[in-house]
Amino acid sequence: MASYDTSDIRKGLKVMLDGSPFTVVEFQFVKPGKGAAFTRTKLKNLLTGGVIDRNLRSGEKLEPANVETKQMQYLYKEGDTFVFMDTSTYDQVHIPEETIGDDSRFMPEQIVVEVLFFNDRAVGVTLPNFIEQKVQATEPGFRGDTATGVTKPAKISTGASVNVPLFINEGDIIKIDTRSGEYLERVGRA
Amino acid sequence: MRAVRGYFQVQNFLEVETPTRVFSPGQEVHIDAIPASDGRYLMTSPEYHMKRLVAAGLPRIVQFCRCFRAEEAGPIHQPEFTMVEWYRAGGTMDDLVRDCEVIVEVAARAVGNWPTVSIPANRRGANQNNRFTIEAPFARTTVRELFSDHAGFKLRGDESSDELRNLAERAACRVGPDAGWDDIFYQVFLDRIESHLGVEHPTVVLDWPLPMAALARRKADDPLTAERFELYAAGLELANAFGELTDPVEQRARFEAEAALRRQRGGAVYPIDEKLIEALGHMPATCGIALGFDRLVMLVTGASHIREVLAFAYDET
Repeated sequence: MASYDTSDIRKGLKVMLDGSPFTVVEFQFVKPGKGAAFTRTKLKNLLTGGVIDRNLRSGEKLEPANVETKQMQYLYKEGDTFVFMDTSTYDQVHIPEETIGDDSRFMPEQIVVEVLFFNDRAVGVTLPNFIEQKVQATEPGFRGDTATGVTKPAKISTGASVNVPLFINEGDIIKIDTRSGEYLERVGRA
Repeated sequence: MRAVRGYFQVQNFLEVETPTRVFSPGQEVHIDAIPASDGRYLMTSPEYHMKRLVAAGLPRIVQFCRCFRAEEAGPIHQPEFTMVEWYRAGGTMDDLVRDCEVIVEVAARAVGNWPTVSIPANRRGANQNNRFTIEAPFARTTVRELFSDHAGFKLRGDESSDELRNLAERAACRVGPDAGWDDIFYQVFLDRIESHLGVEHPTVVLDWPLPMAALARRKADDPLTAERFELYAAGLELANAFGELTDPVEQRARFEAEAALRRQRGGAVYPIDEKLIEALGHMPATCGIALGFDRLVMLVTGASHIREVLAFAYDET
């Protein structure tokens, strides 16, 4: 693959630095004093999620990172691995639990996620920002307990526990932000 | 603009105009000029012609002009921008710092933001409360102090490129291949130092290493250091000042060295301005400074992008 120049830098460009793939989060052209032009970049490590700052001098070459994302549907769990299917080719891949991390709490079967591949190996899974799930189990709210901000735990079908307001009942459909794990609203009643 | 002009009037400066299309737009290694037919270029700075006026006997001159540089536009860069450049024959670096202090004050008062201005949160160098005091006196530091404090090594100014690269890498800076002395210098400057500059107060950075100041004279007591300062405020580089080099022989040698470097890096090589070199021979000791007017307005109005202070930004023409 041809290498990139600093003038190719744009948001979302994926490059190799120190042996890891990074994506450009932010960039700005700078020219200090009477010196050479630089591009100030903020880069996110696609493997660890860590963000670094890097000032690249104009003309420096960057290696493209061999990464791609694919839309895949989560089928089922098999031991410690999760099985996904490419929604366009129907190829299946097994992704170990540790690659997915905590996100698996909000991954109901059939959900379509973005799987990130680095050198043809799956290295990360991005869930949709919001999911809607049925409450499997929760204590009934007590009548008269109207203090605001009071919550109770509710179990959803993936097994995760979410703090919900007292008026939520078993069987309600609730919307959850998968990035924070927080309850957002009730979208359907039992 | 009127407020700043008023200051120069009170200080008995003569406002001058010099040609926009010139043969020698400046040998600076990293500044490229825009060709303007007949072998001329749009000026990147009015410096050469203004020095010729000083040499011809005008002790205090100022110019408000458009400068043109073949470079990209960004939040604090435009290929076409307004420069305020002035010279004080017999003046000192202290005089120029004082000029800057007053100019920032009159500009800030003119827009009703004194003695603090707000800083947009997206600007580098924004401090926690995003307020910035622009009252005099400005803070002062030197390039050497900054390297010692933030990069952890003593910069002499006569290191070889390899030596400097080693020092930079020990300061955990990533230096790209084929970097020259000046590139390594600025890599460290950007990586380790710039974010500390002018965070609480406008900061004057004095005493630049000789390779970083092609048109400045050496300090009498330190031959590795040139009389140059840069003014930083709230993440903006506002102004650059020189104790002007008046030695035609040394000036020619430095121009030739820069031309060689430009050639080596594949840039256009501009003719050496012989009329300037000739004029330097009878120029009195002089200090000169260039201030980015658009950035001054950004500072005092708290603009987050240079387009906010321009009627028509480069991409709006």
